[in-house]
Amino acid sequence: MEKLLLLGDEAIAQAALDSGMSGMYAYPGTPSTEIMEYIQASSDARERGVHMMWSSNEKTAMEAALGMSYAGKRAMVAMKHVGLNVAADGFINSAMTGVNGGLIVVAADDPSMHSSQNEQDSRFYGKFAMVPVFEPSSQQEAYEMIFDAFHISEKYRIPVLFRITTRLAHSRASVQRKKALKEKPLSIPSDPMSFVLLPAIARRKYKTLLSSYETIKSDSKVSVYNQFTNGGNHEMGVITCGIAYNYLLENFNGKSPDIPVLKIAAYPFTKETIREITSLCRSVLILEEGAPFIEEYLRGILDDGLRIYGRLDGTVPRDGELNPAIVGKALGLPVSSVREVPSIVKMRPPSFCKGCGHGDMFDALNEAIRPFGPGHVFADIGCYTLAALPPYSAINSCVDMGASVTMSIGASDAGLFPSVAVIGDSTFTHSGMTGLLDAVVKKSAVTVIISDNSTTGMTGGQDSQATGRLAAICEGIGVETEHLRIIIPLKKNHDENVKVMKEEFEYKGVSVIIAQRECIQTASRRKRNEAANK
Amino acid sequence: MKNDIILSGVGGQGILSIAAAIGLAAVENGLFLKQSEVHGMSQRGGDVQSHLRISDKPISSDLIPYGFADLIISVEPMESLRYLPWLSEKGWLVTNSNPFINIPDYPSAEEIIAEIKKITNHLIIDADNIAKQSGSARSGNMVILGAASPYIDMDYESLQNAVKKLFGKKGTEIVEANLRALQSGRDATPM
Ligand SMILES: Cc1ncc(C[n+]2csc(CCOP(=O)(O)OP(=O)(O)O)c2C)c(N)n1
Repeated sequence: MEKLLLLGDEAIAQAALDSGMSGMYAYPGTPSTEIMEYIQASSDARERGVHMMWSSNEKTAMEAALGMSYAGKRAMVAMKHVGLNVAADGFINSAMTGVNGGLIVVAADDPSMHSSQNEQDSRFYGKFAMVPVFEPSSQQEAYEMIFDAFHISEKYRIPVLFRITTRLAHSRASVQRKKALKEKPLSIPSDPMSFVLLPAIARRKYKTLLSSYETIKSDSKVSVYNQFTNGGNHEMGVITCGIAYNYLLENFNGKSPDIPVLKIAAYPFTKETIREITSLCRSVLILEEGAPFIEEYLRGILDDGLRIYGRLDGTVPRDGELNPAIVGKALGLPVSSVREVPSIVKMRPPSFCKGCGHGDMFDALNEAIRPFGPGHVFADIGCYTLAALPPYSAINSCVDMGASVTMSIGASDAGLFPSVAVIGDSTFTHSGMTGLLDAVVKKSAVTVIISDNSTTGMTGGQDSQATGRLAAICEGIGVETEHLRIIIPLKKNHDENVKVMKEEFEYKGVSVIIAQRECIQTASRRKRNEAANK
Repeated sequence: MKNDIILSGVGGQGILSIAAAIGLAAVENGLFLKQSEVHGMSQRGGDVQSHLRISDKPISSDLIPYGFADLIISVEPMESLRYLPWLSEKGWLVTNSNPFINIPDYPSAEEIIAEIKKITNHLIIDADNIAKQSGSARSGNMVILGAASPYIDMDYESLQNAVKKLFGKKGTEIVEANLRALQSGRDATPM
């Protein structure tokens, strides 16, 4: 079979296609975005009619994937780690309903927060929902695991969580393909009530889930991924998982370590898996990317004199991603001195592109809000969040998608005036719309500025569900026509735009200002494509 | 054979094309490869980097350990210095001399040159100008790759083939322009 050079994300996508997946569901989010993008670029997927359109948010994606699974076909849903918070209700309850066609939920974690608000570890969600979790350490392993994950999902009728981290998602290596499987035919569940979580049924299903979670531990397709290799020196063993395994090997220069190593790549694992190494060694070092997930588990059950080193005793930093140097130090290897970064090297934070409409919108907003003093602007997540930095320094919050609208409502309830929300078009349809409905129903005195660049800019310019629909959505939600204003954020319209904002701040009800100008990156890409297709 | 290479620059300067070209050449030579890249905020004028590892033996870490890089290839002079902790004692630093100034506290050209000159094995070239003279003004990144090519342990021919493959879809004119840029960069290197 052919060898391909693939990002970790792409290896997952290719494996899903080769496993006979019929539907891919996702909302963009770094570092998960390239999974869907790879499917969308695949001619094989297009010919087969694999579903490959973006969803409005991670919850809608999760539930649509569950729907495809209900209908007997294999489905995958992918998101960044914080997306799993949004999808959590559907995700956790999908463990209760169980699946029909295989269902894989990919969560891409971002330790060190390269492009995220936090570094939450998705493995906790797997344990919380009681579903198996796979955590590959290489592109090839990711590719192969997807086949087994679909298999396990169907065998135990349970969704599988597939956890990756930034460095695997965005690292490229060669991947050997396997023979592709056929897609599954349409077939509804044999038990027509199995997806109905009425309490009486849910109680029964919960017992099934509890017992599956125990049985899965010993299934060979799970346990095969938890590999123990003995090494001569039993002073200290290492338990490691995911990408941390690579950093461990790096410190042994590619030779197999002379110490016992247990690599965990599938959860849940049995106590015996752990006992093998802990009974041999006087101490163990735990290396995991993300939270001390395995470490806390071990510290809980092993209180028998075994010394445990890890993130909780400071051997490994409590936060941030690992790298070969951190792992080397934790192993007690000598640290060699390295060159320093000269002090003249300055930070180069990201900034608005030349010709970005967000910038002109914020220029107008800053002028309109100035008489009221600081502290009035709740913002959201997207390119426009860059206005937190100088020279704009225009926003006072960025919490989670949609929070701008709802926080402005609460602050207005408390008496803050004016109370302004700034939200991007894609974020608005992701989870700003429901908040706007609250504002309309309560007649909150808020001004919501939707900075509409007609794309999901921050994650690389994916289609936005909002494009061409924003005014109609706002009207439908009940925003009054006189207070639904559309402006074009261009320098030449500056004075007019400031005036519109000032007028709407004064209105003691809900106003929406849609600032509409296409993203400069999307526009130039579109023009290039149009020129190429002529 | 092992080459650990750090690629650096500013979003939009084309470091991923350099990575892709070296990657294709590595595959043609049957070498192992791992290349980790930064996505997400890269279009917005921030600093970007990629770790590229090629070897005739399997590679463990996706990230290059500190002090291991044989080569830093940078499309921007200040950015070339940001990754010095990775550069090995004998490593080479190959950089474009043209600054990309989008921050108020950007250091002076003299300060940057002085720091680069502290590295024993360094090469500073005016890639933009060389690209222009070779009639491929938009291929500064390929000039830099050409200049760095003597320090990469692969035949020059395989890099040429990679450039052909990489730009093949865009037509012969673009391929020729990039090959010219590659060659003029290589010619700018004292061998
Ligand atoms: C729950 C969640 N999902 C996804 C993301 C990743 N993400 C950050 S910004 C953004 C898109 C923002 O698009 P838009 O609101 O249109 O603003 P733009 O970047 O185009 O200005 C996404 C998808 C996230 N941070 N949180």
